[in-house]
Amino acid sequence: MLTTRVIPCLDVRDGRIVKGVRFQGLRDAGDPASRAAMYEQTGADEIVMLDVSATNEARATAARTVRAIRRVLSIPLTVGGGIASIEDAARLLDAGADKVSVNSAAVRDPSLITRLAERFGRQCAVLAIDAARTEARTAEAPTYTVLTRSGTRTEPLDALEWAVEGQSRGAGEILLTSFDRDGTGDGYDLDLLALIASAVEIPVIASGGARHAQHLADAVRAGADAVLAASIFHDGITTPDAIKRELADLGLRVRREEPSNDAAEEYVA
Amino acid sequence: MVSNPEPETPYTPDPGAARDVYIVRTGSANLASVAAALSRVGARPILTSDPADILLADRLVLPGVGSFGAAMSELTQRGLVSAIRERLAVGRSTLGICLGLQLLARRSEESPGIAGLGVIDGTVRRLESAPGLRVPQMGWNLTTPTHSCRTLTGGFAYFANSYALPEIPRGWRGSTFTHGQSNPVAAIEQGDGDRLVVATQFHPELSGRWGLDLIRRWVIGRPSIELPEHEGFDTVAEPIQHLATNAADSSGVARC
Repeated sequence: MLTTRVIPCLDVRDGRIVKGVRFQGLRDAGDPASRAAMYEQTGADEIVMLDVSATNEARATAARTVRAIRRVLSIPLTVGGGIASIEDAARLLDAGADKVSVNSAAVRDPSLITRLAERFGRQCAVLAIDAARTEARTAEAPTYTVLTRSGTRTEPLDALEWAVEGQSRGAGEILLTSFDRDGTGDGYDLDLLALIASAVEIPVIASGGARHAQHLADAVRAGADAVLAASIFHDGITTPDAIKRELADLGLRVRREEPSNDAAEEYVA
Repeated sequence: MVSNPEPETPYTPDPGAARDVYIVRTGSANLASVAAALSRVGARPILTSDPADILLADRLVLPGVGSFGAAMSELTQRGLVSAIRERLAVGRSTLGICLGLQLLARRSEESPGIAGLGVIDGTVRRLESAPGLRVPQMGWNLTTPTHSCRTLTGGFAYFANSYALPEIPRGWRGSTFTHGQSNPVAAIEQGDGDRLVVATQFHPELSGRWGLDLIRRWVIGRPSIELPEHEGFDTVAEPIQHLATNAADSSGVARC
């Protein structure tokens, strides 16, 4: 049985970690490689790095940052932000990314997902979806629309339909961010998670809104396979390991720190 | 806000692992993580697609991502199939990772009609699909040795796969993981010292300190004299070619 993955997210601009609220008001939160290494040591199961640089020139630095992270990291690294072609993806994979996530460019040209999956394998192609709750709520169940360009553009695209299409086009995983909850600490959008996670067979990573372990546990119960968070780790509120201990207490399966043979047997029992 | 994060505690390179380790360069595989992991344990990673290196290297990593059929066709186009088969026939130390394990099999459900390297018997099968059971399997799963192994220990390993070998082939030691109702192969190994073939379905290079320790043990190659004798476990590996013809057919029915 897989364990619930706890994934710190590094939003990186010009080689530094930044974090904002609803994708805006970015502030500096440290050096990516040092942070990534620290998160691995404190129990992170994986790292996601999103390049939020505004320009293509700045994006050239992303590969350097990935290289610096890879040197000190021996857990999986997903890199996203501005990937619009196989060449973009190849450059980041060569630098040390294990998976790439595509967002706006995949909305513009959905064949990008297929090409990535065919070239690098399905496990390598992550579809990042930024979803916002739609205002019009005629039915009892909420619906969601897809946002691109760091949440600045609303697409005429339903998030559920896009997730299903992404899967059929070859995505191996969905990184699902609630625009409404991003950076707020109000908890993940559980309606959104339940909606998407029940509609696809591939793993879904919950993103946007985490503050407490209970939020992460709620996301898993809503169907998420992994939980991503940024602020709570960057701000030193908690560590991945502390979160995982709490998740274990709440009845979830998590990877404990450095299990020995004995610990592993204990876990099975 | 923590403005000055603690400097990392690096994995301590092992002087005993300071040796050349060749990595088979295939067009589609992402090799940076494998190379980084080898460097971290103290080895010197070298990328190669030269058949002579691949045949004769003291230590060779066979990585692999993508599909079974595409990987086999790439190895064939690059003229590497016989070199890999030959080195495995004499048991030269080799580490297959993920698809690098599956390619050792005769065939895979992923690419019907395509012959694998065929150094182990059996067919790679698609992971069981069921409600609440995601495929591909992406994440950390517990691995449990079913034999007393040189390199493999129990622990959490990082997997990213839709296919797996259903059973540990005869003549190999190994470990398994649990997926739904089945217990497919997590890793297999054969031999020891400089004749230590290890193949993992998971990614040891992405499995944290536990995975680095596994890679380090494989690079160093444990002398068999250190190993205790265990009943029901072969201390002398059978030749792989012999196995390929004599091993019982893997039925694909998962044990459990």
